Amino acid sequence: MDAALARAWVSAVAASVASQAELLTQLDAAIGDSDHGVNLNRGFTAVLAALDSASFETPGEVLVRTGTTLVSKVGGASGPLYGSAFRALGKALGSSSTVDAAAFGAGLRAGLDAVRKLGGAAPGDKTMVDAYEPAVAAFEKAAGDGLAAAARAAADAAAEGMRATTPLQARKGRASYLGERSVGHQDPGATSTWLVFEALAAAAA
Amino acid sequence: MKKFVNDPESVVREALAGIAAAHPELRVDLEKQIIVRSDAPRNGKVGLVSGGGSGHEPLHGGFVGPGMLDAACPGEVFTSPVPDQILAATQAVDGGAGVVHVVKNYTGDVMNFEMAAELAGDEGVEVHTVLVDDDVAVEDSTWTAGRRGTGATLIVEKVAGALAETGASAAAVAAAGARVNEGGASFAGALAACTTPAVGGCGFDLPDDEMEVGVGIHGEPGRRREKLRPARDIAALAVDAVLGAKPLSAGSETIVLLNGLGGTPLIELYLLYGEVAALLDKAGVRIARNLVGNYVTSLDMAGASLTVCKVDAELLRLWDTPVRTPALRWGV
Repeated sequence: MDAALARAWVSAVAASVASQAELLTQLDAAIGDSDHGVNLNRGFTAVLAALDSASFETPGEVLVRTGTTLVSKVGGASGPLYGSAFRALGKALGSSSTVDAAAFGAGLRAGLDAVRKLGGAAPGDKTMVDAYEPAVAAFEKAAGDGLAAAARAAADAAAEGMRATTPLQARKGRASYLGERSVGHQDPGATSTWLVFEALAAAAA
Repeated sequence: MKKFVNDPESVVREALAGIAAAHPELRVDLEKQIIVRSDAPRNGKVGLVSGGGSGHEPLHGGFVGPGMLDAACPGEVFTSPVPDQILAATQAVDGGAGVVHVVKNYTGDVMNFEMAAELAGDEGVEVHTVLVDDDVAVEDSTWTAGRRGTGATLIVEKVAGALAETGASAAAVAAAGARVNEGGASFAGALAACTTPAVGGCGFDLPDDEMEVGVGIHGEPGRRREKLRPARDIAALAVDAVLGAKPLSAGSETIVLLNGLGGTPLIELYLLYGEVAALLDKAGVRIARNLVGNYVTSLDMAGASLTVCKVDAELLRLWDTPVRTPALRWGV
């Protein structure tokens, strides 16, 4: 992974969030406040502008800038959570101009740790962690096969984790206010996390 | 759904421009998206800052002015403000005595205010936080994000603002706010969902003969759905929920807020208040002060919330002090 690939990944996330904004909003309307698609789209539009206005030598710089922009543009819970995830990942990659799959996997793990620390969610709480946690585990397991293979495995695991949120009762975030009524709906945050890993797999392929 | 908007993306900014035009006595920074009392920062006075998603007007911007908030930072509709905004508001009102943040208990609000408080701390500003979580519809357990902040926020902001005006310390101002929150309990019901400008549709569909019970202020569905009943039954439901969660001994003095969620006419709010007042009287609860109207809204949601807040003589005295803001003013 180099700066160009990091940029391609983030651009792919932005495109995916834009085209799936409606889906994210619909999922959020069922158990939240209908703004997940709108907010992430606003954030990643700002990220694209921020990345276009500067040049970056390392993937770490690209991802830290991505995270910082998300924190300052998105608001809500998803701004700090996704922002911290990208910032922690970028910082973990350090100043290397290229990183291998194992180092990138460790970075993804650092991002997950940041999300869990900030949001306090554990697997099974019906949040983005339910897609993020299995994705990182799958990435680490497949890291020996290279970035493309690991990213593919991560995206598939994220999809499975996302689908598994449907029968869960939310214990964190706004959906938790609904109690049992949150059961039967796929979590919007887990869905956007799947988009992020799917974009990584597409960019790395 | 028809709305008075130019572009759904710019609703918050254009509404801020309108607030600036209507209230030249406030400083509205359209770039930083903050509303600041014109004489801030005042040397030696604790700054009081609140904020949250837009769509709850007049909360919070309508409560900026002498006797209440020093600054408000409105986020996008139903989306908490970002740390940069909160930091800008904090710095704008820091008179050297520290700043108190009034934060409604939502995951996003808590995270963004925490980040801003950390940034402000790095710059040498002492920040205290009052977390408001008065909505008893949500069980306060480890299985939820905790109770939501709703109607009691107004009372917290008025009382804390009054104390800040006297030159009290940041710790004392925060403690008074926390005391209000401790004594406050709210419960809301809705007859129709609200329409967010960016989405253009309703958060949920409600048949003509049903109501959502235990709703929040973000268009999310409530705890359960029930058949619509007469106002007196709905009032009893709310009073029971509030007193059930935070029991009051006979003779307790309270401030009662009968709040509209944005799409319910005042005539219905007064009708509900009449029912609530009678029920509280029967329970031996004394209503020392009341407010009836749209203060903590959820865009155009048809619905109402009841907040009952137990007060002592000190809190009541602070409630009564003069206040001069766009949405709350007396004694001046």
